[in-house]
Amino acid sequence: MKKLFVFFLGLSLVACQEQPSPELQASINRGQEVYQNFCIQCHLAEGQGVPNAFPPLAPSDFLETQTAAVIAGLKYGMQGEIVVNGQTYNGNMPAQGLEDDEIADVVNYIRNSWGNQNRQMILASDVAQTSKPKP
Amino acid sequence: MRYLASIGTLLGLSVFMACAQENVPPIQTPSTAAYTLEKVVDDSGILWGMTFISKTEILATEKGGTLYYCSAGTKQAISNVPEVYVRGQGGLLDVATDPDFETNSIIYLTLSSKGRGSEPGGNTALYKARLVDNSRLEDVELLYQASPNSKKGQHWGSRIVFDPQGHLYFGIGDRGNRDVNPQDISRDGGKIYRLNRDGSIPQDNPFVGQNGAKEAVFSYGHRNPQGMATHPTTGEIWVHEHGPRGGDEINRIQKGKNYGWPVITYGINYSGTPITTQTKKEGMEQPFYYWVPSIAPSGFAISDSDKYPNWRGDYFVGSLKFEYLEHLTIENQQVVAREKIAPNIGRVRNVQQGPDGYLYLSVEGKGIFKIVSKS
Repeated sequence: MKKLFVFFLGLSLVACQEQPSPELQASINRGQEVYQNFCIQCHLAEGQGVPNAFPPLAPSDFLETQTAAVIAGLKYGMQGEIVVNGQTYNGNMPAQGLEDDEIADVVNYIRNSWGNQNRQMILASDVAQTSKPKP
Repeated sequence: MRYLASIGTLLGLSVFMACAQENVPPIQTPSTAAYTLEKVVDDSGILWGMTFISKTEILATEKGGTLYYCSAGTKQAISNVPEVYVRGQGGLLDVATDPDFETNSIIYLTLSSKGRGSEPGGNTALYKARLVDNSRLEDVELLYQASPNSKKGQHWGSRIVFDPQGHLYFGIGDRGNRDVNPQDISRDGGKIYRLNRDGSIPQDNPFVGQNGAKEAVFSYGHRNPQGMATHPTTGEIWVHEHGPRGGDEINRIQKGKNYGWPVITYGINYSGTPITTQTKKEGMEQPFYYWVPSIAPSGFAISDSDKYPNWRGDYFVGSLKFEYLEHLTIENQQVVAREKIAPNIGRVRNVQQGPDGYLYLSVEGKGIFKIVSKS
């Protein structure tokens, strides 16, 4: 009886892990290709980054809480100090020349990879509305 | 205690294994520097290419698409630069002056370009132009446009150098299509090219008259060359190229030779999986030197200067990844020592010997520095 209970508890936990919608999953798949093309050289295969040089993407409090800054950084480039998981990084990520749909896809990919989970889908129109941060 | 000892053994073993994997000779960091660094150009972007037009004036490309005239600590954007397709590792790449620049004011640029067709993406292009009043380009002429276009962000190359006879050499990387481009001489990408200065093809190029071949190709089987130098005493063209994870290479470029990518390499995929089991193969050149782990090399200078007497004939290569300038001591055609110059300075994108004999290095996000010997 106890075993059965544990089994159902496990099953219900799995069920709570909401699966991505087909649209989000398709965007994640496209985003993986963008990631491997443009991001992997610095942020590495598991989004682990490089200590003191390139911040990690998983886990990353910055990615979780500052989505708008992440999108703006991908679109316009990112310079100067940012704090990720308590560590200060002072680097220079040049804009990669990605199109709005590619930026949306890669953000959806990194927000749903390596243990990250955020099922709220970013759209190309969200990226289009992102303006250049004031210096 | 025994527990601690076994941890110690494990730790020792893993350090040993890590060291055993590094190619020799190991990199050294001198305890005291025999030089100082003097900033000559300030820039927060990526100064990709640089060339001297006099002892004190520099032309420098910023990857985002600006060509600068730099003099006496100031910089001015030069107008009428061809349109640049900034994408991934692509942008405005190298700049070089014509061997007769003093009389003809001609410069050459390599850059990522959408080309003239409607195909999405881009590829590397070589342009020629005349510098007027240090402020604008005129007579801008496309000498070479690689094809087909690709939306891939990787491996555009590129550097430009000349041999003593005045031929122009430039490189293009494999454009992220390693299984298709580098080994096929009928396709662009993964090649070193050789042209006359008017863009025509020298009739003694290795694949002239060969059916379907890109006749501008001089050597092939390259991954992503971002450093080129003409040897000051032999006149040979030397190139280094980025490997994948491990396996960056220095090669002496010979006419018509195949440098092996991706059939042979000392590197593996970024994911850790193998690319090939082979490091050597008949008909493919072995590198003069290879780096494991990768340093991510960019920029290449060979010193023949009396400013640093102990460095004459040695090779200098920027490391993007480990953020220093690498000095490779060459004796009897071999790398006998490696040391860090300017450790932790930042991502070193380029190194050039100036007409004054000093070495100049360009650091991403900082600008251009002159290396001044203390003695």
